[in-house]
Amino acid sequence: MKYSREKLSEEKVFKDPVHRYIHVRDRAIWDLISTKEFQRLRRVKQLGTTYLTFHGAEHSRLNHSLGVYEIVRRIVDDVFEGRPEWNQEERLLSLCAALLHDLGHGPFSHSFEKVFDLDHEQFTREIILGRTEVNGVLRRIDPDFPKKVSDVIAKTYEDKLVVSLISSQIDADRMDYLQRDAYFTGVSYGHFDMERILRVMRPREDQVVIKQSGMHAVEDYIMSRYQMYWQVYFHPVSRSAEVILTKILHRAKHLYNTGYTFKQEPVHFRSLFDGNVTVEDYLKLDEAVILYYFQVWEVEEDGILRDLCLRFMNRKLFKYVEFHPSNEQMNKLMELNRLFKKAGIDPEYYLVVDSSSDLPYDFYRPGEEEERLPIHLLKNNGEIRELSRESEIVDAISGKRRTDHKLYFPADLLRDESTKKNVKRQIRELLELS
Amino acid sequence: MFKDHAKIIHAISSAGEINGRKKLQKMIYIAKKLSFPFQEKYQFHFYGPYSEELTLRVEELCEMGYLNEVREKKAGYYQYCYSITESGRNFLGMHEMDMPTLEPCLCDMNEQHARFLELVSTVLYFDTLEKDEVSEKVFTLKSKQKYTHEEIDEAYEYIKKLKEKAKLD
Repeated sequence: MKYSREKLSEEKVFKDPVHRYIHVRDRAIWDLISTKEFQRLRRVKQLGTTYLTFHGAEHSRLNHSLGVYEIVRRIVDDVFEGRPEWNQEERLLSLCAALLHDLGHGPFSHSFEKVFDLDHEQFTREIILGRTEVNGVLRRIDPDFPKKVSDVIAKTYEDKLVVSLISSQIDADRMDYLQRDAYFTGVSYGHFDMERILRVMRPREDQVVIKQSGMHAVEDYIMSRYQMYWQVYFHPVSRSAEVILTKILHRAKHLYNTGYTFKQEPVHFRSLFDGNVTVEDYLKLDEAVILYYFQVWEVEEDGILRDLCLRFMNRKLFKYVEFHPSNEQMNKLMELNRLFKKAGIDPEYYLVVDSSSDLPYDFYRPGEEEERLPIHLLKNNGEIRELSRESEIVDAISGKRRTDHKLYFPADLLRDESTKKNVKRQIRELLELS
Repeated sequence: MFKDHAKIIHAISSAGEINGRKKLQKMIYIAKKLSFPFQEKYQFHFYGPYSEELTLRVEELCEMGYLNEVREKKAGYYQYCYSITESGRNFLGMHEMDMPTLEPCLCDMNEQHARFLELVSTVLYFDTLEKDEVSEKVFTLKSKQKYTHEEIDEAYEYIKKLKEKAKLD
């Protein structure tokens, strides 16, 4: 029997707290799950530093990847099968792309990508196309199959319907992470009737559309997305941890580039610091490795690196104030910068503005000028209308600006009056700290 | 701080005024591919390279009062026009910008149609592929735009011209 059609003798199931069960029948999917590149995702947390705010948020990229696979499996097997617009030949491709869509995520990937100018999507492609176990499984299906999977994930595959299953405004990726992140953080937002949404999804030439009768379920999904962004993803404490993490990486890179001798050679970081990281190097990185270095750096000679690592590991995070960047506030920021230097606290590492545009999440937008496809409703008369034109609730929250900037600083250092007492008082007054 | 915001203001100020979000997205992407140090992350979307980070950053700059956004009604959709404000100029004065060849590149791009810039940015997105593979991608992924072989040739020529302009004197 052709490998692409080979089924396991018995269906395998994984117990899952979000979808109850994840069902695997295809031999190729089972084999992909067993590859070392996929198993590495167990050691990369889905929500990065959020566990420092919501202690339950320890779930991994592997949990999420299996969840996305399961949602796509239910769509193609239970909803799309037999519909004329759906090409059943694309089934296995859709499942593989769903399972592997986050394969290139590294440890704390948002910070790592910023500091070392990396792109997890590029690594996903390289892992799928390179000499890896994942590539070996995909090639058994067909020599062209790795390229197809890579194109779907890169959104450059010709069948846009397949792409839209894992990458659109209402896709399996978002439907899984909203529910999973809500479950593991323990918040009461993020819940919506996914079963209902799946039942009213219909395949069209370029994208999945939603039957008009499912509009209220989709409204709930949009509201969940909106609330999760502000309550979980943009949480100021998680952002404080992210700021410190980013500064640790900047400091370590700076020290390496200026010839500093680390007590323990940062072997795993070397290619990152040198800017020539290969897939092989990248696959050796996970959060266990990174946290090991942070622990080692807690006793480094360099005071800044040592202090930042102690803060991250022991959750002694920066405090924050709201920052509204007018010209007046910008002048205040420059003054703070000057005073921090005078107080002997390097503002490069200890005075940081974090903006909402620094975060990797987006809101639903109706899609003016056709930049991204919005959610389309299929009306009873066959007409297709953009969601916010039909739903007052979605119209009320979509496309509305809500920007946010916060200024982070180490309040404990500013309150320590054993040195530079007067300057620190001036700083506290400017920051309006009690 | 706000260095990446300042670069976007600098770009819009250099171009004078930019008509259309799509045009702005493509101009910054092309500038980035010409090695100007813009940090916004781009992904391929249905209509070519698009950066959510850039969209958010522009929204923030409008909220800060550093950019002016005017909405104009066009046939079936709204178009947004961006220019720098007086406060934006003051803000820009607080940052040093070292991109002397950016202005001629952006001014040139600003004179092109958004449709052409969409093609140029798509060609650049696939710059690791051979020309015939790129053409195939364009015809498959952007079939609705009905680009021709001649337009693809023009896009390649235009990229060559921009690369010359982007070189330091």
